[in-house]
Order: sequence, then structure tokens, then C-alpha cells
Amino acid sequence: MTIATTHPDPAQAATRSYLGGGGWDLKSWLLTRDHKRIAILYVISITLFFFLGALGALLVRLELLTPAGDMVQADTYNRLFTLHGVIMVFFFLIPSIPATLGNFLVPIMIGAKDLAFPRINLASWYLYNLAGFLVLWAILLGGVDTGWTFYTPFSTTYSNSYVTLTIVAVFLNGFSSIFTGLNFIVTIHRMRAPGLTWFRLPLFIWAHYATSLIIVLGTPVVAITLALVAVERTLHIGIFDPALGGDPVLFQHLFWFYSHPAVYIMILPSMGVISELVAAFARKRVFGYHFVAFASIAIAVLGFLVWGHHMFVSGQSAYAGMVFSVLSMLVAIPSAVKVFNWTATLYQGSISRETPMLYALGFIGLFTIGGMTGVMLATMGIDVHVHDTYFVVAHFHYIMVGGAIMGYLGGLHYWWPKMTGRLYPAFWSRISAILVFLGFNLTFFPQFVLGYMGMPRRYWAYPPEFQVLNVLSTAGATILGVGYLLPFTYLFWSLKYGQRASDNPWGATGLEWETTSPPPTENFLTPPVVTKDAYDYSDFDEGAERRPHLAREEEEYA
Amino acid sequence: MREAHAAHEAHAALQHQFDTLEQQKEASTLGMWIFLVTEIMFFGGLFCAYLIHRRQAYEGFAEASFALDVGLGAFNTAVLIGSSLTMALAVWAAQVGRRKACFGLLLVTIALGSVFLGVKVIEYSHKFHEHHVPGPHFHWEGTYPEAAEVFYSLYFAMTGLHALHMVAGIGVLAALLWPAWKGRYSAAYHNPVELTGLYWHFVDIVWIFLFPLLYLIGRHH
Repeated sequence: MTIATTHPDPAQAATRSYLGGGGWDLKSWLLTRDHKRIAILYVISITLFFFLGALGALLVRLELLTPAGDMVQADTYNRLFTLHGVIMVFFFLIPSIPATLGNFLVPIMIGAKDLAFPRINLASWYLYNLAGFLVLWAILLGGVDTGWTFYTPFSTTYSNSYVTLTIVAVFLNGFSSIFTGLNFIVTIHRMRAPGLTWFRLPLFIWAHYATSLIIVLGTPVVAITLALVAVERTLHIGIFDPALGGDPVLFQHLFWFYSHPAVYIMILPSMGVISELVAAFARKRVFGYHFVAFASIAIAVLGFLVWGHHMFVSGQSAYAGMVFSVLSMLVAIPSAVKVFNWTATLYQGSISRETPMLYALGFIGLFTIGGMTGVMLATMGIDVHVHDTYFVVAHFHYIMVGGAIMGYLGGLHYWWPKMTGRLYPAFWSRISAILVFLGFNLTFFPQFVLGYMGMPRRYWAYPPEFQVLNVLSTAGATILGVGYLLPFTYLFWSLKYGQRASDNPWGATGLEWETTSPPPTENFLTPPVVTKDAYDYSDFDEGAERRPHLAREEEEYA
Repeated sequence: MREAHAAHEAHAALQHQFDTLEQQKEASTLGMWIFLVTEIMFFGGLFCAYLIHRRQAYEGFAEASFALDVGLGAFNTAVLIGSSLTMALAVWAAQVGRRKACFGLLLVTIALGSVFLGVKVIEYSHKFHEHHVPGPHFHWEGTYPEAAEVFYSLYFAMTGLHALHMVAGIGVLAALLWPAWKGRYSAAYHNPVELTGLYWHFVDIVWIFLFPLLYLIGRHH
């Protein structure tokens, strides 16, 4: 892509930066309609919830250090894993990449001045925070013990915890994510720069388009379902509780109709990030661009046809189970297309091992394991055996943590210089990427073994023969925790002390690298016109502007 | 597109992120359609629950449906279709810049919407007095009390959600009154009226499905 960007003097660039130059004006941030500022606001909010969810995980892992249920009561343990699940799924993973990196980059990558509906975008952030406040309130009152799935009739009738308040929070949060998805679809359709055709779009945009389709089609269904649970709980109408004439399996169908596609809301944006990283750090156009683009759409479509694989043991008909089993396996095809194409992109690429690339390589490995075990679980016979065991827990953490969070961190490290105009320490960021990868595997690989041996999920005590693997898992979680605290520390540090970033510190292609770091409020000083395909590294010069990050570090440690 | 922008005279309603009013109109129209898709999925969950339960207990649903007042339901259907007509005319009036007609038609649409809600209140209060509201006080004289309670759970959930959408629609229409009175809508810029019209017709169509599904089960026997 080429654009005629005029390079203004640094002083002028600083005053026109979206960050607002020197002054710190709280009101101008809280009432901003600039997608970039809203992205930053979202980064702050979801980081707070991430650490709250991580605290829940830490307490769960500490309880599981010993076979006996000795640290907390069984009831407290139920509330802890529910806290972990609700916070991580609804308040971290679903908004994580779309609301932060997506919000920041979608308009810039397509050469637009902002999203189509800036006020709705700001409303989305406020709604998220209102929902977050309500869920925190529910936690402080005593929490919820239903698990993040709110299965009926336990949630509607028997649970003695703050189900209704939590459901109100999740309901509102759903609309904040609908606002984001709606905004992305309209923006991508109607606001692309001249010359930016659909097949010149970065794959990050394709991934966000697919994600947005799932958000707008799926989220309303879980919203109405959870609303009915709340109404059934408060007003005793009978829709899901069999004691009132309702049908609990109906709840599971409606819940998973959204909540399985929700997994793709988490992983698709991450896949979009990985496509950008692999191309940038292998210096090659993504192999099979069209296939990777359509694989995102295929995952979004197939994702809506597989919910029944959560219900193989719920009294669903065996024939329905077989159909869902086959359809679930089909998802592996577009997923594998992506993994193979990233690998083919690496082949004979000019690979540099910068921090974002370390996360991307980690993603490819972990996502492959998560995806392969997903095919195992889609097989009915295996699923009946390992259903509700730690095998399932390990599988979805490989996708949601090993996949989605690795992608988020990789993307955050890749675009941090663009978002903040600062570089972070290369050495420490590499250490953190390696710690996250090692810690993650040590935490969750033993859980595959535990699950296969029969350890059920959601229990606060277990037979002594499972202890060794549980201790390994808790040790891994500690390393993982350190791996997450490190970026939090040095990225924060870099805001003030980090070296100033150039406009294109990685020497990558893409419209976002052709504007200033940080970008001006209107994104481009000169409106861009696109004349080339994405990832055009054909005239890439081996020597120049190659690895400024690496060169500097080599100087430091020489 | 950007050359067009240079030639296009800047309109007061043009927002900063768009190049032209035409782009703004296309974007907001697409946005409204996507919002309506989310609404279809939102109501879709309820319709799905309805279909499953109705299939499981058809006789009970038919018996429970008989206790609804078809006359009031049909009257409301007519009122709502009439309001869709006045809404469509209001959009037309905005497009051709007939200020007073637009204002008046919006007002009539609001009035018809309010009549619908008033009739709904009467129907709900009948159900309260007859103890047909699900919960501890539910009482059913017929053969299928359990299915009737499920039916009325769905009845209140579906018509209640629909009524909430009516209230929201009336609110949006009320917000259009002032700019319509001031003559802000013209051939060049009438998008708010047109998009509100889309929403209003959607809410109308939901009722067109709700009426036979809830009021007319088994009436042909």
C-alpha cells in the first residue's frame, strides 16, 4: 500500500496526536468520541477485570494444591470458579481484542477517520463499565455459584446466590458488545478508503468482520435467554424449570446457540492478529490470502451449527448428537486452513524473532493443540467419557488462554508503539513471552492427563493420587501469573520512560504504519488512497529499517 | 468519493467521520438494518421457546389461548397497522419537505401507539383479576393448568417485550417532533424519520406474528 503522507515536523505531530499533547484533561477523555481514545479506555477497563479474573483463578489453583478441601468451603469454591468464568468470559475475553485493538485499528486500517457511529462506540464503553460495576457489586454481596453457564433449574430456582444481579450485568454487557459489532460491520462496508477493495483488506479486518457477524447474530439470543432466567427466578414464570412446566434442555440449546459461537468471538480476532504478525515478521504476503479470509467467514457460519456438542449427555437425541458431532468436526477445516497457511507463510520467510512474533509462534502451537483436542471432544464416544472432566477444562483453556490471550498480548506488543508512541524493553518483553508460553503449558497440559484419568471439574477436593499433577498445574499458574505481570509493569513503565517510536518501528506494511505514532485525531494528515494489495513486501529491502528494535538491543548488550 | 466531498456543500447534519451526506445516510441505514437483525434474533429466542413448548403441549396452549380476548387483540392489530400507515406517510412527508404534514402524522402515529398500549393495559389487568398471571397466585379452571401457566409465561414475556419496544418507539417518535416542527427534514436530509419508520414497521411486524400465535390457536375447530 502506498500513500502520499506528508511528514510534518515532530512538534506539530505531537500537538495533533490523539493523546492530546501534554495536557491531561479527564473530561475530554470521558466524553471522547475518538475510537482511539475509547480503545485506550477499554484497555484500562478490561485490564482491571483481567486481574480480577486472574485472582479468581489463583484462588482456585491454591485450593487445588492439596487433595483435601482445606482452604475454602465447597460453596465458596463454587463462587470462586464462577467469578473466574463470568469475569474472564464476559468481561475480558469477549471484549478483549475487538474493543481494544479492533477499536483502535479497524478505522485506521481501512483509512477512515473514525467508526461509523462514534457515540454508540462511547456508549458501548459506558455500558461495559455499568455492567462491570453490577457484577462487582454481586461479587461483593457474596457472588454467584452457578458457573458461568447459569444452567437451569439450579439458577432459576435453587441457587442461593446473586444470580439475578449477575445476569443483569451479563445482559447489559452483551449490548455493549453488540454496539461494537454493529459499528464494525457498518464501518467496514461503508467507510473504506478509495482503492481499498475487499480483497485488499488486511486479514485483521476480515477476522473482525466475521467476529462482528457472530456478535450481532448470537448475542441477542443469549440476552433474551438470560433475561428469561432472571424473570423466571424473580416472578416464577415457567419456561425453563420443569417444576413449573418448563424445559431445562431448552435453556441449554438457547444458551449454547450463543455461547459456542462466543468462543469464536474470542479466537477469530486473535487469528486476525496472528495473520498480521506472521506477515510482518516473516516479510511475506500471507500464503493463500483468500483462503485465510474466507476461513474466518466459514468459522463464523459453521460456529452457529455446532452448539449441540455441549449437550451430548444432556438428554439430546443420539441422532442430533451425531449431526452435531460431524458439524463440529467441520470447524477443524477452516481452522486448519489458517494454521497451515501461517506455517506456509513462515516457509522461506525472512523471520525475525521480535516479541510479537514469539507470541504469534506460541499461538500457532497452542491453538493447534487446542483445536486437535476439540476434534477429540467433538467425537461423541470420547466426549461421553471425558465430559465435565479437566480434559475439557484443558481443551478450552488452550483455545481461550493459549489462543485468545496470546493473540491479544502479541497484538498489544505489536501495536503498542503505534498506540502510545513509545517502545518497551525488548529483553523483558521476550522474557515475558517465553514465561507465558512455558507457564501456560505447565498449567494446562497436566489437566489433559488429569481429565483423561477421570478428575471431574468444579470440585474443590479430589483423591490423593491426582495431587502431583495438580501441584504441577498450580506451579505453572504461578509462572503464568508472573508472565502476565511483567508486560503490565514494563508497558506501564514505557509510557513515561520508553524510547519514542518511529512511525513504522517494525518496517511493516499496512495503513496504520503510514500515519504518525501516535496517530493524529483524524487518523491521517492526508486522506489515504490505496493502490496495492495487503502485505506487499515485494520491494522489501533486506538491510534498511530492518530490526531497529533488535539492533538497539544488540547495542545495549554488546 | 473525496472529490465529491470537495464539491459537496457541507450540511449542518454531516458528522465529522463521513465524507458526504450520502455516505452518512448509507451507513446509518445499514446500521439500522443490522440493529433490526439483532432484534429478530432477540425475539427469535422467545419464538423458539414458544414453538418448543407449543409442540409439547398443543391442547393446553389452545385451551389457554381461548381465555384471551380476540376482539381486543384484533382491534389492536388494526390500530398498529394503521399506525404503520401514518408512519409511512410521515416518512413521505419528510421526504417532500411538508413540515406540518410530517409533524401531524408523527403525532397521529404516537397517538395510535399509545392506544395500542392502553388496550394492552386493559388486557393485562383482566388477566390479573382472573389470576392468569403465572406465579404463586396462578389459578386455572381448565384441564391443563400446567400448560396454561407455561402459555401465560410466554404470553407475558412476548407481549411484554413487544410493549417495551412500543414504548421505546413512541419515545423516539416524540424526539422527532421538535425537529419536524422546526422543518429540519427535507429531501436532502430526512434519515432520522426514515430509520425510525423502519424500526416502527419492525415492531408492527412482530405483533403481526404474535397475534395469531397467541390469540388464534385452535380457533378454527
